[in-house]
Amino acid sequence: MKIAVCVKAVPDAATGRRLDPATKRLARSGDLTLSDFDSHAVEEALKLKEATGDGEVVIVSMGPEKAMDALRKALAMGADRAVLVSDEALAGSDLVGTAKALAGALGREEADLVLFGQQSADGDGACLWAAVAEHLRRPTISQAAELTVEDGSVTGKRQTEFGYDTIRARLPAVVAVSDAINEPRYPSLKGIMGAKRKPQETLSAADVGGAADATTTVLALNPPPARGDSRRVEDDGNGAQAILEFLAEKRLV
Amino acid sequence: MSRASVRPADYPPPFSAAEAIATPTDPPDERIDVGILIVGAGPAGLAAAIRLGQLMEEDPATAERLGEVPVAVLEKGKAPGAHLLSGAVVNPRGIQRLFGDRLRVADIPSFGEVHGESVYFLTPNIATRIVTPPTMKNERNVVFSLSQLGRWLAERAEEGGATILAETDAQKLLVDHGRVLGVRTGDKGRGRDGEELARFEPGSDIAARVTILAEGTQGHLTGAALERFGLQGANPQVWALGVKEVWKVARPLDRVIHTMGWPLRGGRKYREFGGSFVYPMGPEMLTIGMVVGLDHRDVQLSVHDLLQELKTHPRMRDLLDGGERVQWGAKTIPEGGFVSLPRRFNAPGLLLCGDGVGLVNVPALKGIHYAIESGRLAAEAAWRALARGSSHRALATYDAALRESFVWRELREVRNMRQAFGRGFWMGSMAAGIATATKGRFPPKDKPTERDADQELIRTGRAARYPAPDGRLTFDKLSSVFLSGNRTRDDQPNHIRVQRRVPLDLAEAWARMCPAQVYEVGPSDGQGTVEVQVAPSNCVQCGAITAKGGRLTPPEGGSGPEYTLT
Amino acid sequence: MAKILVFLEHHGNELQKGALGVLSKAAQLGGDVAGVVVGEGARAVADEAGKFGASLVFAAEDPRLAAPLPQPRVDVLAKLVRDEGFDTVLFAQSVLAADVAGALSARLEAGLNWDLVDIVADGDGFIGKRPALADSVFADVAWTSTPRLALFRSGSFDANATGGSAEVRGLEVELEDFSTLTELVSQEEEESTGPSIEDADVIVAGGRGLGDPEKFALVEDLARALGGAVGATRAVVDAGWYPYASQVGQTGKSVSPKLYVAVGISGAIQHKVGMQSSNVIVSINKDPNAPIFEYSDLGVVGDLHEIVPKLTELVRSRKGS
Repeated sequence: MKIAVCVKAVPDAATGRRLDPATKRLARSGDLTLSDFDSHAVEEALKLKEATGDGEVVIVSMGPEKAMDALRKALAMGADRAVLVSDEALAGSDLVGTAKALAGALGREEADLVLFGQQSADGDGACLWAAVAEHLRRPTISQAAELTVEDGSVTGKRQTEFGYDTIRARLPAVVAVSDAINEPRYPSLKGIMGAKRKPQETLSAADVGGAADATTTVLALNPPPARGDSRRVEDDGNGAQAILEFLAEKRLV
Repeated sequence: MSRASVRPADYPPPFSAAEAIATPTDPPDERIDVGILIVGAGPAGLAAAIRLGQLMEEDPATAERLGEVPVAVLEKGKAPGAHLLSGAVVNPRGIQRLFGDRLRVADIPSFGEVHGESVYFLTPNIATRIVTPPTMKNERNVVFSLSQLGRWLAERAEEGGATILAETDAQKLLVDHGRVLGVRTGDKGRGRDGEELARFEPGSDIAARVTILAEGTQGHLTGAALERFGLQGANPQVWALGVKEVWKVARPLDRVIHTMGWPLRGGRKYREFGGSFVYPMGPEMLTIGMVVGLDHRDVQLSVHDLLQELKTHPRMRDLLDGGERVQWGAKTIPEGGFVSLPRRFNAPGLLLCGDGVGLVNVPALKGIHYAIESGRLAAEAAWRALARGSSHRALATYDAALRESFVWRELREVRNMRQAFGRGFWMGSMAAGIATATKGRFPPKDKPTERDADQELIRTGRAARYPAPDGRLTFDKLSSVFLSGNRTRDDQPNHIRVQRRVPLDLAEAWARMCPAQVYEVGPSDGQGTVEVQVAPSNCVQCGAITAKGGRLTPPEGGSGPEYTLT
Repeated sequence: MAKILVFLEHHGNELQKGALGVLSKAAQLGGDVAGVVVGEGARAVADEAGKFGASLVFAAEDPRLAAPLPQPRVDVLAKLVRDEGFDTVLFAQSVLAADVAGALSARLEAGLNWDLVDIVADGDGFIGKRPALADSVFADVAWTSTPRLALFRSGSFDANATGGSAEVRGLEVELEDFSTLTELVSQEEEESTGPSIEDADVIVAGGRGLGDPEKFALVEDLARALGGAVGATRAVVDAGWYPYASQVGQTGKSVSPKLYVAVGISGAIQHKVGMQSSNVIVSINKDPNAPIFEYSDLGVVGDLHEIVPKLTELVRSRKGS
């Protein structure tokens, strides 16, 4: 079974700040690391591969060249190959553009199962994977907290606001896994050292169907609205009442 | 009624160096084989890795002997630089000798050469400029962030063919038949009580022809190796604790500043040796730090709080006014100097470099260029060991090279200065002055050092003068730990070894000493002792506890601070 | 004027509050507002939508739409948007809505802005307000083409019944082949043993100020009365007073409930970063200098052992009445 895992390399807050030798100021660009949410997807793919005893796990991503460092972490965990779509023309792509490009890369792989992490650490929300699945014209399961593959179908336990739905989709399918599904393994030292030798491929925009026009844009970044006045009360027997009134005022009770 | 004085040494930690030594246990197919193993991606370790890269390029035939992974560097922090902290005004000599013609120091990302310097003696409101002691002159030296320098050196090391394994702690030295065979790395994914969690991954044996320990201050395996192979020198090592902050400032600082005096007390009974530094970091930032010897005796002495107090001095306030604190960190510095050096820096299969063995010039406040030089020399000795096929005598050539280097010469010249300050600031300054003037020929003998943990604790109500944190200029410990980037996983075994029931004075001394608020005084048991509460996930691995009656061991790889500007 | 379509979810025979909130907001924006309800019982709930501002509601009721699966809904919406010429489609966050919005974006090549907390008119178009970087920054986002898709964060708008009624129209359903390859095998509703800390609208958290582990009962009682989950600080989890799964903070969970009640918590930054984006923060601590008061909406300085039980009582009576 071939499983493709779609991941995003996100900035590593801690190690990503560097000194620019020319300006002697801190440069913005920094290290990228595998998003935590995507680690669960990689782990699930590895587990499924281990359960069937054979197969291939391919990591697919879109980003700048140095994103490959983050993909290597997935290779260190045990994935077999990495494919990075990297092209200036795709920099700053929005959801529509990103989904198209990723679908292009995934289309080349023709995996039986495509896995996504449910949400990206730097805010992609829960939408990208559904857009990719649409392009691939595959059945989908989202928020999967448990996954099994049997007889040409994948069955997932999907978490909703009301409880759990058990959903079955015919393969090939696209599944987004929730972070409750597993605990991603630590890569072993052997894994880390072997990662460099595993195949790593870079694709251009042309390889995946070209760049798309922007459909959304960011106009401005503003500081958040002020929290509002902070009230202080000294309790002299009326503290609980004061809280209740406050909660009532805010329509929280 | 007088209370018996408490010495930290009377309450030794539940730890023995033998715990950090083991024979290999992994079967050969699970073991990881590397050519030369370096523990620590700091300036010493990376210099060794870079030098080996150069040697491999010049002599590919010998390089072949090193196998598929010729050089591996283990780093317990999240990435190279994450655990590196210093001032730092660096003497470029070490870097120049490492890179030769391949590179100029000016090409390395830094904050530029030192343009001016001043040394002040402080009283609470006044800063009196004093003549810069000759040992502290800094012209032609370069201001670096050691953390950033580490990042950069790591890239050069990788370009030269080294494999850097971050988030990997070396827990045990593998020794068999009196020979060092490599290290065993730590487990990952153990819970608070040592239980294996779902993602448990056991450590691995890493086997190497030569192991170079470049662990920095309070090196875990270095300490064990010194004991195991009987390498300790004539005098115990002593340490200072440095706590520093990096600030964005409204006005650039135009010079390097050092201070002595306030807020430290010069009286002999206090044993408060140290001072502060303020270094410019380009036009937009500066770093300010306080360094105090850990032989200090006052129960309530807190270097972090002394740093906060220092910032309230009018001169310091001026520098920081309108600015914003962006990073904080702490680390110990070995201060014994020449007289505390090991009697040998090698053992079969093993070489020792850098701060781990105390190669620091305390009066000049310089150790980075010594670390780099020692790493370079260690690499050359390891290479000779490979080339000749016999490692034992070849490794001993490292000692010879070290003794012939400028590192040795300079350390010997300043060898008695630190000890002089045990007699108080004024006596110490005089003695240091004489030693400088005579280039170390006077006093002629080596003055002994006294173990930090042997100092009896005294109580003076010092804490009453620490400023209450205002969140703008002065800060509490917890918010400082946050700024170190520390996000240590809570659910892991406690890596700190201390006795948990000790007299109140000692418990309080630990609580104050620790810059990261790891220790807190717990309830008294009514028998003259109190419980020591430990919050290990706050730990920034500065090493102070090891100097004062406890023992720091490396936690799970990747834990601890994530420094970027220190 | 914009022609707005709101995706209205229902569960059983009730329209979801979140969706009604978005509908109310859409009505405020002016222009024609239509709603679409899909699935079993769609027609029956469609009328309700009229009270919240929809003038027209499309109801798609077809056995193939009975299961709460996203892809058939994408088919329904895509056809509806194309046939009726809607230029703006709004969604209220839910597991299902996010799936539908994402796929619809790809189907129509329509820009999607998600995680929005507000939307305002801007000339002929709109600007969305989106928090980013752990709510430390608010971005103004827009669309460069139509149709525009917007997905709003849960709880962004209150549902306002303004009265009124809607015309209800049925819809013919055509499904893509791949939309029928997924089936619902079974459903399990979860009993409310209390929400999990990640989903809870209300969290009551306890810290060292509680004094001893038994006092967590006070926190649990209040949480139960408010219908919320229980949280804990790192200090008390370290001390073994409460399980790690409840730890809120930098190295624990990040939460952003509507209400966070901090009981006996000093509020060091390690804790703050895990809960600072809560809508409303109320804290109780006997130390007037506790850092938590600096970022609480209401801070009560006093003895939690007296205040919390009293508050629990008051909440119970109020809810009871």
